[in-house]
Amino acid sequence: MKKRVIYEIKGLYRDDFRVTGYEFGSGEKSVCIVGSMRGNEIQQLYCCSMLVRRFKQLEDDGKLLPGHSVLIIPCVNPYSMNTKKRFWSVDNTDINRMFPGYDLGETTQRIADGVFRVIAEYKYGIQYTSFYMPGEFLPHVRLMATGFEDLDLARQFGMPYVVRRAVRPFDTTTLNYNWQLWETHAFSMYTTTTTNIDKKSAKESVGCILNFLKRQGIVEYRGHDGYISRVVEDTDLVSVQTECSGIFETLVTVGEEVERGQLLARIIDCYEGEVIEELRSPIDGIVFFMHGEPLTYSQTAVFKLILHEE
Amino acid sequence: MEQTVASIALPVDEALTIKKMRIEPKTEDGKCKRISVVTGIHGDELEGQYVCFELIRRIRENESALKGIVDIYPAMNPLGIDSITRGIPAFDLDMNRLFPGDSEGNMTEYLASEIIRDVSGSDVVFDIHASNIFLTEIPQIRINELHEKELVPLAEESNVDFIWVHGASTVLESTFAYSLNSTGTPTLVVEMGVGMRITLDYCNQMVDGILHLMSELGMWAGENPSVRKPIVSRDPDDVYYFNAGTGGIFVPSVKHWEKLKQSDEVGRIIDPLHGEILETITAPMDGILFTIREYPVVDEGSLVGRLLREEAYQS
Repeated sequence: MKKRVIYEIKGLYRDDFRVTGYEFGSGEKSVCIVGSMRGNEIQQLYCCSMLVRRFKQLEDDGKLLPGHSVLIIPCVNPYSMNTKKRFWSVDNTDINRMFPGYDLGETTQRIADGVFRVIAEYKYGIQYTSFYMPGEFLPHVRLMATGFEDLDLARQFGMPYVVRRAVRPFDTTTLNYNWQLWETHAFSMYTTTTTNIDKKSAKESVGCILNFLKRQGIVEYRGHDGYISRVVEDTDLVSVQTECSGIFETLVTVGEEVERGQLLARIIDCYEGEVIEELRSPIDGIVFFMHGEPLTYSQTAVFKLILHEE
Repeated sequence: MEQTVASIALPVDEALTIKKMRIEPKTEDGKCKRISVVTGIHGDELEGQYVCFELIRRIRENESALKGIVDIYPAMNPLGIDSITRGIPAFDLDMNRLFPGDSEGNMTEYLASEIIRDVSGSDVVFDIHASNIFLTEIPQIRINELHEKELVPLAEESNVDFIWVHGASTVLESTFAYSLNSTGTPTLVVEMGVGMRITLDYCNQMVDGILHLMSELGMWAGENPSVRKPIVSRDPDDVYYFNAGTGGIFVPSVKHWEKLKQSDEVGRIIDPLHGEILETITAPMDGILFTIREYPVVDEGSLVGRLLREEAYQS
């Protein structure tokens, strides 16, 4: 294992800003795994720390196969993690909206550029990322429909679900999109949580990444083979939206099977305690995403459901 | 007449309401033109607040001279303005990356779609921004090259100092101005002043420009302010960006909108702990400084100024 600084900015009063990478093996740039890019992505950081530990062991045991180089970057934004800010601590910009970056540009453009120069040429790119809405997901691999996406490859993680979604204008500056543009097979890894650590889900995602790398002939790994992934288009997810705002009282959990008409949650008046809205499932399906805060706004998609397979 | 553009209940005893003021001519025949003045998409940009106030004040002084409909939207992001937050509080989203929105989408997308629905169809729209808290901008209009033909003639009548025609970018397709311009509502993006402040001179300059353009469009028969001839830049090489080479405290050596000669000192980045100058920033060419950093703390890469090369305004 080689630990090295991928990118560095001198701090005035703070310690220098460093993006640190862990390299395993040597040879073809086979896979790069990136963890938290935002200051609240604790689970993403944790997952990468688990991976670093596993790769140390794999390398020591000779189970990282010859000719492959693996790079893990647990955190691209330690400054924001240490100040508990989601975005860049000075100007609130999002590094994951700055790719491919610009070496003469603003700070977060330079960070994106400095990191991307190192990670652009890997064959496979995996990013642990988070959704802009607070909530809990069923673990899945997500990829964008750039034309370069490979669903069969995505299935080889053995995650329960693979979600493909259309590219929107703001996606064009994300790491995932730019990786694909540079012909890296890019995948976004969603575990259940973001701001809290879910050990079970973290462990499952680490196992899925090792599964994937075993199937690409990069590591030797004997673990659970994972799931036969179901591919879902983002547009096929069925949203359940609130009409009222208030206290969000859920009656189901993520991953739970629900029936059409089943009560999923209640919205309660914040002052008078009355139930002002009941949210029912419009389909027979599975809870894929659930809002994760005790209060909700109106017109908020508090659930996303997946239809049962025919 | 005060009107509600969109309203949505918040969880605890509050409604989020986006309001506008409509001023109509006394004899509205259903055919007159409509101008919309929109501001406050970013909650930390306040220059537009005074523009809205002053525009209404001047129109009310001579309301019989009004020949068109004026819609004034002072606060697109009321929660942001009230909480000194650039984006939409709680969502940590830049509202100017949500357009055209979605009437069936979540709260933020719904609000964006209602705003677009309300403003669409205006004969001209001013979308007034105030840079951010870091940079001061000379009054300018920024135009996507895709809409240059329709917008530059309008911008030239708007009393700004500078018109900056910039390249198209996919990521900008989710802005308010792009959404309107691409659906046939001409929208001028104004950048002026600095975040969290009101610069009266710039605000009055802008109100003069709006009234002048209204006169040109037959919407205003009152006093027609004369306007300055702006510099128009279409070449990306016209603009030089000064980015900090190191973190520190930026202290400017020149004033905003100052003409500089090559090698003139623009500012220094200093280290107060050691009493040292970390970097001296100098002009690489003759030109005029149209952006200058206001907020002293810089990281490596922070923008500290923009210079328009002399050839751009002498040609």
